Amino acid sequence: MSEHELRVSKIRDGTVIDHVEGGQALNVLAILGIDGSEGFGVSVGMNVPSDRLGRKDIVKVEERELSQSEVDVLSLIAPEATINIVRDFEVVEKNRVTRPDSVTGVLSCPNRNCITNADEPVDTRFDVVADGVRCDYCSTILRADIADHIDV
Amino acid sequence: MRQDHLITATQLSRDDIEAVLDRAREVADDPDAYADRHAGRVLALCFFEPSTRTRMSFDSAAKRLGIDTIDMGDVDSSSVSKGESLTDTVRVIEGYADALVLRHPSEGAATLAAEHVSVPVVNAGDGAGQHPSQTLLDLHTIRENHGLDDLTIGIMGDLKYGRTVHSLAAALTEFDVNQHFISPESLRLPRSVRFDLHETGAQIREHEELDPVLEELDVLYVTRIQKERFPDENEYHRVAGEYRIDAETLEAASDDLTVMHPLPRVDEIAPDVDETDHATYFEQAHNGVPVRMALLDTLLENAEAAEGMEVGR
Ligand SMILES: [Zn+2]
Repeated sequence: MSEHELRVSKIRDGTVIDHVEGGQALNVLAILGIDGSEGFGVSVGMNVPSDRLGRKDIVKVEERELSQSEVDVLSLIAPEATINIVRDFEVVEKNRVTRPDSVTGVLSCPNRNCITNADEPVDTRFDVVADGVRCDYCSTILRADIADHIDV
Repeated sequence: MRQDHLITATQLSRDDIEAVLDRAREVADDPDAYADRHAGRVLALCFFEPSTRTRMSFDSAAKRLGIDTIDMGDVDSSSVSKGESLTDTVRVIEGYADALVLRHPSEGAATLAAEHVSVPVVNAGDGAGQHPSQTLLDLHTIRENHGLDDLTIGIMGDLKYGRTVHSLAAALTEFDVNQHFISPESLRLPRSVRFDLHETGAQIREHEELDPVLEELDVLYVTRIQKERFPDENEYHRVAGEYRIDAETLEAASDDLTVMHPLPRVDEIAPDVDETDHATYFEQAHNGVPVRMALLDTLLENAEAAEGMEVGR
Protein backbone atom coordinates (compact mmCIF):
# COMPACT_ATOMS: atom_id res chain seq x y z
CA MET A 1 0.00 0.00 0.00
CA SER A 2 1.50 3.34 -1.02
CA GLU A 3 1.90 6.23 1.33
CA HIS A 4 -0.76 8.11 -0.60
CA GLU A 5 -3.38 5.42 -0.05
CA LEU A 6 -2.44 5.23 3.61
CA ARG A 7 -3.16 8.90 4.00
CA VAL A 8 -6.52 8.57 2.29
CA SER A 9 -7.77 5.61 4.26
CA LYS A 10 -6.75 6.80 7.69
CA ILE A 11 -10.24 7.77 8.79
CA ARG A 12 -12.78 5.20 9.99
CA ASP A 13 -16.05 6.63 8.60
CA GLY A 14 -16.56 9.73 6.53
CA THR A 15 -15.48 11.37 3.30
CA VAL A 16 -12.14 12.02 1.73
CA ILE A 17 -12.10 14.69 -0.92
CA ASP A 18 -8.98 14.10 -2.94
CA HIS A 19 -7.38 15.83 -5.93
CA VAL A 20 -8.55 19.25 -4.87
CA GLU A 21 -6.73 21.96 -6.77
CA GLY A 22 -3.85 23.29 -4.64
CA GLY A 23 -4.97 26.17 -2.43
CA GLN A 24 -8.67 25.30 -2.48
CA ALA A 25 -8.84 23.11 0.65
CA LEU A 26 -10.14 25.86 2.91
CA ASN A 27 -12.75 26.78 0.32
CA VAL A 28 -13.85 23.17 0.26
CA LEU A 29 -14.39 23.39 4.00
CA ALA A 30 -16.29 26.63 3.49
CA ILE A 31 -18.58 24.94 0.97
CA LEU A 32 -19.24 22.18 3.44
CA GLY A 33 -19.89 24.74 6.15
CA ILE A 34 -17.24 23.16 8.36
CA ASP A 35 -15.32 25.34 10.79
CA GLY A 36 -14.34 22.76 13.39
CA SER A 37 -17.06 23.66 15.85
CA GLU A 38 -19.04 20.59 14.75
CA GLY A 39 -16.84 18.35 16.88
CA PHE A 40 -15.96 15.71 14.30
CA GLY A 41 -12.46 15.08 13.03
CA VAL A 42 -11.27 17.14 10.10
CA SER A 43 -7.86 16.93 8.51
CA VAL A 44 -6.49 18.95 5.69
CA GLY A 45 -3.48 18.22 3.52
CA MET A 46 -2.15 21.08 1.48
CA ASN A 47 0.30 21.06 -1.40
CA VAL A 48 0.66 17.30 -1.40
CA PRO A 49 2.67 16.14 -4.44
CA SER A 50 0.36 14.72 -7.11
CA ASP A 51 1.03 13.12 -10.48
CA ARG A 52 -2.13 14.53 -11.95
CA LEU A 53 -2.17 18.04 -10.51
CA GLY A 54 1.44 18.67 -9.53
CA ARG A 55 0.32 19.86 -6.12
CA LYS A 56 -3.02 19.01 -4.64
CA ASP A 57 -5.00 19.47 -1.46
CA ILE A 58 -6.86 16.73 0.40
CA VAL A 59 -9.72 17.20 2.84
CA LYS A 60 -10.84 14.42 5.17
CA VAL A 61 -14.00 14.74 7.17
CA GLU A 62 -15.07 12.11 9.64
CA GLU A 63 -18.66 11.03 10.17
CA ARG A 64 -19.98 13.12 7.31
CA GLU A 65 -21.15 12.28 3.78
CA LEU A 66 -21.84 14.96 1.20
CA SER A 67 -25.15 16.03 -0.27
CA GLN A 68 -25.61 16.41 -4.02
CA SER A 69 -25.77 20.20 -3.82
CA GLU A 70 -22.49 20.25 -1.88
CA VAL A 71 -20.86 18.06 -4.52
CA ASP A 72 -22.24 20.32 -7.25
CA VAL A 73 -20.69 23.43 -5.79
CA LEU A 74 -17.48 21.58 -4.98
CA SER A 75 -17.14 20.70 -8.65
CA LEU A 76 -17.00 24.39 -9.48
CA ILE A 77 -13.89 25.10 -7.42
CA ALA A 78 -12.33 21.64 -7.61
CA PRO A 79 -13.27 20.18 -10.98
CA GLU A 80 -10.71 17.37 -10.70
CA ALA A 81 -11.75 16.27 -7.23
CA THR A 82 -12.54 12.69 -6.33
CA ILE A 83 -14.90 11.92 -3.50
CA ASN A 84 -14.14 8.80 -1.48
CA ILE A 85 -16.73 7.52 0.93
CA VAL A 86 -15.02 5.63 3.73
CA ARG A 87 -16.70 3.11 5.99
CA ASP A 88 -14.75 1.15 8.55
CA PHE A 89 -11.43 2.30 7.09
CA GLU A 90 -12.34 1.08 3.60
CA VAL A 91 -13.06 3.24 0.59
CA VAL A 92 -16.49 1.92 -0.33
CA GLU A 93 -17.27 4.43 -3.06
CA LYS A 94 -15.09 6.60 -5.23
CA ASN A 95 -16.62 9.26 -7.48
CA ARG A 96 -15.29 12.00 -9.71
CA VAL A 97 -17.25 15.20 -9.41
CA THR A 98 -19.18 16.34 -12.47
CA ARG A 99 -20.08 19.88 -13.26
CA PRO A 100 -23.84 20.38 -13.03
CA ASP A 101 -25.75 22.50 -15.57
CA SER A 102 -27.00 24.76 -12.82
CA VAL A 103 -26.94 25.19 -9.06
CA THR A 104 -30.06 26.24 -7.19
CA GLY A 105 -30.33 27.71 -3.72
CA VAL A 106 -26.65 27.28 -2.84
CA LEU A 107 -24.88 30.46 -3.88
CA SER A 108 -25.87 34.02 -3.14
CA CYS A 109 -25.67 36.58 -5.92
CA PRO A 110 -22.79 39.05 -5.49
CA ASN A 111 -24.87 41.77 -7.16
CA ARG A 112 -26.53 43.57 -4.27
CA ASN A 113 -29.09 45.01 -6.65
CA CYS A 114 -30.17 41.58 -7.88
CA ILE A 115 -33.83 40.70 -7.25
CA THR A 116 -32.65 37.55 -5.42
CA ASN A 117 -31.14 39.83 -2.78
CA ALA A 118 -34.38 41.75 -2.33
CA ASP A 119 -36.96 40.50 0.10
CA GLU A 120 -38.58 38.04 -2.31
CA PRO A 121 -39.49 34.39 -1.85
CA VAL A 122 -36.96 33.15 -4.41
CA ASP A 123 -34.08 30.67 -4.50
CA THR A 124 -30.98 31.78 -6.35
CA ARG A 125 -30.27 29.90 -9.54
CA PHE A 126 -26.93 29.94 -11.33
CA ASP A 127 -26.12 28.51 -14.72
CA VAL A 128 -22.73 26.87 -14.95
CA VAL A 129 -20.76 28.53 -17.76
CA ALA A 130 -17.28 27.93 -19.16
CA ASP A 131 -15.24 29.32 -16.28
CA GLY A 132 -17.73 30.15 -13.58
CA VAL A 133 -21.40 30.48 -12.82
CA ARG A 134 -23.95 33.01 -13.91
CA CYS A 135 -27.02 34.33 -12.10
CA ASP A 136 -30.20 33.39 -13.98
CA TYR A 137 -31.87 36.57 -12.78
CA CYS A 138 -29.36 39.39 -13.23
CA SER A 139 -26.72 37.64 -15.42
CA THR A 140 -23.86 38.51 -13.07
CA ILE A 141 -20.92 36.16 -13.59
CA LEU A 142 -19.08 34.71 -10.63
CA ARG A 143 -15.65 33.19 -11.22
CA ALA A 144 -12.75 32.69 -8.81
CA ASP A 145 -14.74 34.15 -5.95
CA ILE A 146 -17.43 31.45 -5.90
CA ALA A 147 -16.44 30.24 -2.44
CA ASP A 148 -17.18 33.68 -0.97
CA HIS A 149 -20.81 33.41 -2.01
CA ILE A 150 -21.79 30.03 -0.68
CA ASP A 151 -25.00 30.18 1.21
CA VAL A 152 -25.80 26.66 2.45
CA MET B 1 -41.97 36.20 -32.72
CA ARG B 2 -42.92 33.08 -30.78
CA GLN B 3 -42.40 34.35 -27.26
CA ASP B 4 -44.67 34.49 -24.25
CA HIS B 5 -42.83 37.34 -22.54
CA LEU B 6 -40.28 39.96 -23.45
CA ILE B 7 -37.68 39.91 -20.70
CA THR B 8 -34.26 40.41 -22.28
CA ALA B 9 -32.99 41.23 -25.73
CA THR B 10 -30.78 38.13 -25.64
CA GLN B 11 -33.92 35.99 -26.02
CA LEU B 12 -34.68 37.55 -29.42
CA SER B 13 -33.61 35.98 -32.68
CA ARG B 14 -33.19 37.89 -35.87
CA ASP B 15 -36.52 36.48 -37.08
CA ASP B 16 -38.25 37.58 -33.88
CA ILE B 17 -36.92 41.09 -34.26
CA GLU B 18 -37.74 41.38 -37.93
CA ALA B 19 -41.27 40.08 -37.39
CA VAL B 20 -42.00 42.78 -34.81
CA LEU B 21 -40.36 45.50 -36.88
CA ASP B 22 -42.26 44.46 -40.00
CA ARG B 23 -45.44 44.71 -38.02
CA ALA B 24 -44.39 48.09 -36.62
CA ARG B 25 -43.98 49.29 -40.17
CA GLU B 26 -47.49 48.09 -41.02
CA VAL B 27 -48.86 49.78 -37.91
CA ALA B 28 -47.16 53.05 -38.81
CA ASP B 29 -48.45 52.87 -42.39
CA ASP B 30 -52.03 52.09 -41.47
CA PRO B 31 -52.78 52.66 -37.79
CA ASP B 32 -56.54 52.49 -38.35
CA ALA B 33 -56.30 48.84 -39.31
CA TYR B 34 -55.08 48.15 -35.77
CA ALA B 35 -57.45 50.50 -33.95
CA ASP B 36 -59.76 48.03 -32.21
CA ARG B 37 -57.81 44.88 -32.64
CA HIS B 38 -57.65 44.13 -28.91
CA ALA B 39 -60.80 45.86 -27.67
CA GLY B 40 -61.86 44.55 -24.28
CA ARG B 41 -58.31 43.65 -23.25
CA VAL B 42 -56.61 45.21 -20.25
CA LEU B 43 -52.92 46.05 -19.83
CA ALA B 44 -51.46 46.66 -16.37
CA LEU B 45 -48.71 49.25 -16.07
CA CYS B 46 -46.57 48.34 -13.06
CA PHE B 47 -43.89 50.93 -12.53
CA PHE B 48 -41.91 50.42 -9.35
CA GLU B 49 -39.60 53.21 -10.42
CA PRO B 50 -40.55 56.64 -11.73
CA SER B 51 -40.99 56.89 -15.48
CA THR B 52 -43.03 59.20 -17.59
CA ARG B 53 -42.22 58.50 -21.16
CA THR B 54 -41.97 54.73 -21.18
CA ARG B 55 -45.20 54.54 -19.22
CA MET B 56 -46.95 57.02 -21.52
CA SER B 57 -45.60 55.32 -24.60
CA PHE B 58 -47.02 51.94 -23.51
CA ASP B 59 -50.26 53.61 -22.46
CA SER B 60 -50.63 55.28 -25.85
CA ALA B 61 -49.70 52.09 -27.73
CA ALA B 62 -52.26 50.09 -25.77
CA LYS B 63 -55.05 52.61 -26.28
CA ARG B 64 -54.39 52.75 -30.00
CA LEU B 65 -54.99 48.98 -30.09
CA GLY B 66 -58.28 49.39 -28.20
CA ILE B 67 -56.71 48.06 -24.97
CA ASP B 68 -57.67 49.62 -21.65
CA THR B 69 -54.84 50.31 -19.24
CA ILE B 70 -54.73 50.15 -15.48
CA ASP B 71 -51.88 51.73 -13.63
CA MET B 72 -50.66 50.74 -10.20
CA GLY B 73 -49.78 54.39 -9.58
CA ASP B 74 -46.75 55.68 -7.79
CA VAL B 75 -44.90 53.26 -5.60
CA ASP B 76 -45.26 55.57 -2.57
CA SER B 77 -49.02 55.27 -2.55
CA SER B 78 -49.31 51.59 -3.44
CA SER B 79 -49.14 48.42 -1.37
CA VAL B 80 -45.46 48.12 -2.30
CA SER B 81 -44.66 50.78 0.26
CA LYS B 82 -46.48 48.62 2.78
CA GLY B 83 -43.87 45.94 2.20
CA GLU B 84 -45.59 43.65 -0.28
CA SER B 85 -43.18 41.57 -2.34
CA LEU B 86 -42.95 41.91 -6.09
CA THR B 87 -43.95 38.27 -6.37
CA ASP B 88 -47.22 38.87 -4.51
CA THR B 89 -47.90 42.13 -6.32
CA VAL B 90 -47.68 40.59 -9.79
CA ARG B 91 -49.68 37.53 -8.73
CA VAL B 92 -52.51 39.83 -7.68
CA ILE B 93 -52.31 42.13 -10.69
CA GLU B 94 -52.28 39.15 -13.05
CA GLY B 95 -55.94 38.66 -12.13
CA TYR B 96 -56.77 42.18 -13.29
CA ALA B 97 -55.08 42.21 -16.68
CA ASP B 98 -54.25 40.35 -19.88
CA ALA B 99 -50.62 41.51 -19.87
CA LEU B 100 -48.19 43.31 -17.56
CA VAL B 101 -45.60 45.96 -18.28
CA LEU B 102 -43.06 46.04 -15.48
CA ARG B 103 -40.36 48.47 -14.50
CA HIS B 104 -38.42 47.74 -11.35
CA PRO B 105 -35.20 48.99 -9.75
CA SER B 106 -33.72 45.49 -9.24
CA GLU B 107 -31.96 43.48 -11.93
CA GLY B 108 -33.83 40.26 -12.67
CA ALA B 109 -37.22 41.58 -11.48
CA ALA B 110 -38.95 40.83 -14.79
CA THR B 111 -37.48 37.32 -14.92
CA LEU B 112 -38.85 36.66 -11.45
CA ALA B 113 -42.25 38.16 -12.30
CA ALA B 114 -42.56 36.05 -15.43
CA GLU B 115 -42.00 32.91 -13.34
CA HIS B 116 -45.09 33.69 -11.30
CA VAL B 117 -47.68 34.81 -13.81
CA SER B 118 -49.16 33.26 -16.92
CA VAL B 119 -50.05 36.45 -18.78
CA PRO B 120 -47.36 38.08 -20.96
CA VAL B 121 -44.81 40.21 -19.08
CA VAL B 122 -42.89 42.99 -20.79
CA ASN B 123 -39.73 44.15 -19.08
CA ALA B 124 -39.77 47.94 -19.29
CA GLY B 125 -36.46 48.21 -17.44
CA ASP B 126 -34.98 46.20 -14.56
CA GLY B 127 -32.35 48.20 -12.69
CA ALA B 128 -29.13 48.24 -14.71
CA GLY B 129 -30.24 45.08 -16.53
CA GLN B 130 -32.27 45.22 -19.70
CA HIS B 131 -34.82 47.36 -21.51
CA PRO B 132 -35.76 45.29 -24.54
CA SER B 133 -38.80 47.23 -25.78
CA GLN B 134 -36.56 50.28 -26.05
CA THR B 135 -34.21 48.14 -28.14
CA LEU B 136 -36.99 47.24 -30.55
CA LEU B 137 -37.77 50.88 -31.14
CA ASP B 138 -34.06 51.67 -31.45
CA LEU B 139 -33.68 48.91 -34.04
CA HIS B 140 -36.76 50.14 -35.88
CA THR B 141 -35.23 53.61 -36.05
CA ILE B 142 -31.89 52.27 -37.28
CA ARG B 143 -33.60 50.05 -39.82
CA GLU B 144 -35.71 52.85 -41.26
CA ASN B 145 -32.61 55.03 -41.65
CA HIS B 146 -29.88 52.57 -42.67
CA GLY B 147 -31.15 49.00 -42.67
CA LEU B 148 -29.73 46.60 -40.09
CA ASP B 149 -26.79 44.98 -41.90
CA ASP B 150 -23.42 46.18 -43.03
CA LEU B 151 -23.50 48.84 -40.38
CA THR B 152 -21.04 50.48 -38.00
CA ILE B 153 -22.48 51.79 -34.78
CA GLY B 154 -20.90 53.66 -31.88
CA ILE B 155 -22.52 53.41 -28.47
CA MET B 156 -21.30 56.07 -26.06
CA GLY B 157 -21.76 57.12 -22.45
CA ASP B 158 -22.66 55.02 -19.44
CA LEU B 159 -22.21 51.51 -20.75
CA LYS B 160 -21.96 49.94 -17.33
CA TYR B 161 -25.34 50.85 -15.89
CA GLY B 162 -27.14 51.71 -19.12
CA ARG B 163 -29.81 49.08 -19.60
CA THR B 164 -30.74 50.39 -23.04
CA VAL B 165 -27.13 49.80 -24.06
CA HIS B 166 -27.07 46.24 -22.70
CA SER B 167 -30.19 45.31 -24.63
CA LEU B 168 -29.20 47.07 -27.82
CA ALA B 169 -25.71 45.55 -27.92
CA ALA B 170 -27.12 42.05 -27.47
CA ALA B 171 -29.75 42.48 -30.18
CA LEU B 172 -27.27 43.92 -32.68
CA THR B 173 -25.30 40.68 -32.59
CA GLU B 174 -28.12 39.16 -34.62
CA PHE B 175 -27.16 41.43 -37.51
CA ASP B 176 -24.03 42.21 -39.48
CA VAL B 177 -22.96 45.15 -37.34
CA ASN B 178 -19.60 46.43 -36.10
CA GLN B 179 -20.05 47.75 -32.60
CA HIS B 180 -17.79 50.39 -31.06
CA PHE B 181 -18.20 51.17 -27.37
CA ILE B 182 -17.03 54.56 -26.19
CA SER B 183 -16.92 55.32 -22.47
CA PRO B 184 -14.73 56.29 -19.57
CA GLU B 185 -12.79 53.37 -18.13
CA SER B 186 -15.02 53.25 -15.04
CA LEU B 187 -18.22 52.92 -17.08
CA ARG B 188 -17.20 50.20 -19.53
CA LEU B 189 -19.57 47.37 -20.44
CA PRO B 190 -20.14 44.98 -17.54
CA ARG B 191 -18.56 41.54 -17.65
CA SER B 192 -21.88 39.77 -18.22
CA VAL B 193 -22.70 41.83 -21.31
CA ARG B 194 -19.21 41.42 -22.72
CA PHE B 195 -19.48 37.68 -22.10
CA ASP B 196 -22.63 37.45 -24.24
CA LEU B 197 -21.10 39.54 -27.00
CA HIS B 198 -18.00 37.35 -27.12
CA GLU B 199 -20.14 34.20 -27.08
CA THR B 200 -21.83 35.29 -30.29
CA GLY B 201 -18.50 36.15 -31.90
CA ALA B 202 -19.63 39.74 -32.40
CA GLN B 203 -17.24 42.36 -33.75
CA ILE B 204 -16.77 44.77 -30.89
CA ARG B 205 -14.17 47.35 -29.96
CA GLU B 206 -13.88 49.55 -26.90
CA HIS B 207 -12.56 53.10 -26.82
CA GLU B 208 -12.17 55.94 -24.38
CA GLU B 209 -12.53 58.63 -27.03
CA LEU B 210 -15.04 59.27 -29.78
CA ASP B 211 -12.73 61.12 -32.21
CA PRO B 212 -10.80 58.17 -33.64
CA VAL B 213 -13.97 56.28 -34.64
CA LEU B 214 -16.50 59.03 -35.34
CA GLU B 215 -15.73 59.15 -39.05
CA GLU B 216 -16.53 55.44 -39.58
CA LEU B 217 -19.91 55.51 -37.86
CA ASP B 218 -23.32 55.18 -39.48
CA VAL B 219 -25.03 55.53 -36.11
CA LEU B 220 -23.95 57.20 -32.89
CA TYR B 221 -26.07 56.16 -29.90
CA VAL B 222 -25.51 58.51 -26.99
CA THR B 223 -26.53 57.80 -23.40
CA ARG B 224 -26.45 59.92 -20.29
CA ILE B 225 -23.68 59.69 -17.72
CA GLN B 226 -25.29 60.14 -14.34
CA LYS B 227 -23.87 62.12 -11.47
CA GLU B 228 -24.72 59.34 -8.99
CA ARG B 229 -22.13 57.09 -10.64
CA PHE B 230 -19.22 59.20 -9.41
CA PRO B 231 -17.86 59.57 -5.90
CA ASP B 232 -17.41 63.31 -6.26
CA GLU B 233 -18.94 65.99 -8.36
CA ASN B 234 -15.74 67.40 -9.83
CA GLU B 235 -14.82 63.99 -11.17
CA TYR B 236 -18.28 63.72 -12.70
CA HIS B 237 -18.03 67.08 -14.45
CA ARG B 238 -14.56 66.31 -15.75
CA VAL B 239 -15.49 62.90 -17.15
CA ALA B 240 -19.00 63.67 -18.41
CA GLY B 241 -17.70 66.70 -20.28
CA GLU B 242 -15.58 64.48 -22.50
CA TYR B 243 -18.60 62.55 -23.74
CA ARG B 244 -20.72 65.50 -24.78
CA ILE B 245 -21.34 66.25 -28.42
CA ASP B 246 -22.36 69.39 -30.26
CA ALA B 247 -22.75 70.41 -33.90
CA GLU B 248 -19.04 71.16 -34.12
CA THR B 249 -18.08 67.67 -32.91
CA LEU B 250 -20.19 66.22 -35.71
CA GLU B 251 -18.46 68.16 -38.48
CA ALA B 252 -15.95 65.29 -38.66
CA ALA B 253 -18.73 62.72 -39.07
CA SER B 254 -20.20 61.21 -42.20
CA ASP B 255 -23.09 63.21 -43.70
CA ASP B 256 -25.32 60.20 -43.20
CA LEU B 257 -24.55 59.76 -39.51
CA THR B 258 -27.66 59.16 -37.44
CA VAL B 259 -27.47 60.41 -33.85
CA MET B 260 -29.73 58.62 -31.40
CA HIS B 261 -30.47 58.90 -27.68
CA PRO B 262 -33.00 57.02 -25.54
CA LEU B 263 -33.98 60.35 -23.90
CA PRO B 264 -34.37 62.19 -21.63
CA ARG B 265 -31.09 63.96 -22.35
CA VAL B 266 -29.55 66.50 -20.06
CA ASP B 267 -26.61 68.12 -21.77
CA GLU B 268 -24.80 65.23 -23.46
CA ILE B 269 -26.21 66.34 -26.82
CA ALA B 270 -26.11 70.11 -27.26
CA PRO B 271 -29.32 71.72 -28.60
CA ASP B 272 -27.47 72.87 -31.74
CA VAL B 273 -27.34 69.22 -32.88
CA ASP B 274 -31.15 69.32 -33.12
CA GLU B 275 -30.81 71.60 -36.13
CA THR B 276 -28.58 69.17 -38.03
CA ASP B 277 -29.72 66.30 -40.26
CA HIS B 278 -28.00 63.93 -37.84
CA ALA B 279 -30.57 64.40 -35.07
CA THR B 280 -32.86 61.38 -34.99
CA TYR B 281 -33.74 61.12 -31.29
CA PHE B 282 -37.19 62.65 -31.52
CA GLU B 283 -38.10 60.39 -34.42
CA GLN B 284 -36.73 57.54 -32.29
CA ALA B 285 -38.97 58.50 -29.35
CA HIS B 286 -42.01 58.72 -31.63
CA ASN B 287 -41.28 55.23 -32.92
CA GLY B 288 -42.02 53.98 -29.41
CA VAL B 289 -45.74 53.92 -30.10
CA PRO B 290 -45.93 51.86 -33.33
CA VAL B 291 -43.20 49.50 -32.11
CA ARG B 292 -44.91 48.92 -28.75
CA MET B 293 -48.22 48.46 -30.58
CA ALA B 294 -46.58 45.79 -32.73
CA LEU B 295 -45.05 44.19 -29.63
CA LEU B 296 -48.28 44.13 -27.60
CA ASP B 297 -50.20 42.89 -30.63
CA THR B 298 -47.68 40.04 -31.07
CA LEU B 299 -47.60 39.01 -27.41
CA LEU B 300 -51.39 39.07 -27.04
CA GLU B 301 -51.75 37.12 -30.25
CA ASN B 302 -49.26 34.51 -28.95
CA ALA B 303 -51.12 34.32 -25.63
CA GLU B 304 -54.42 33.81 -27.42
CA ALA B 305 -52.93 31.10 -29.62
CA ALA B 306 -51.55 29.33 -26.54
CA GLU B 307 -54.94 29.57 -24.84
CA GLY B 308 -56.66 28.15 -27.92
CA MET B 309 -54.29 25.22 -27.87
CA GLU B 310 -55.05 24.49 -24.24
CA VAL B 311 -58.79 24.60 -24.83
CA GLY B 312 -58.46 22.28 -27.80
CA ARG B 313 -56.39 19.74 -25.91
ZN1 LIG C 1 -28.19 37.97 -9.56
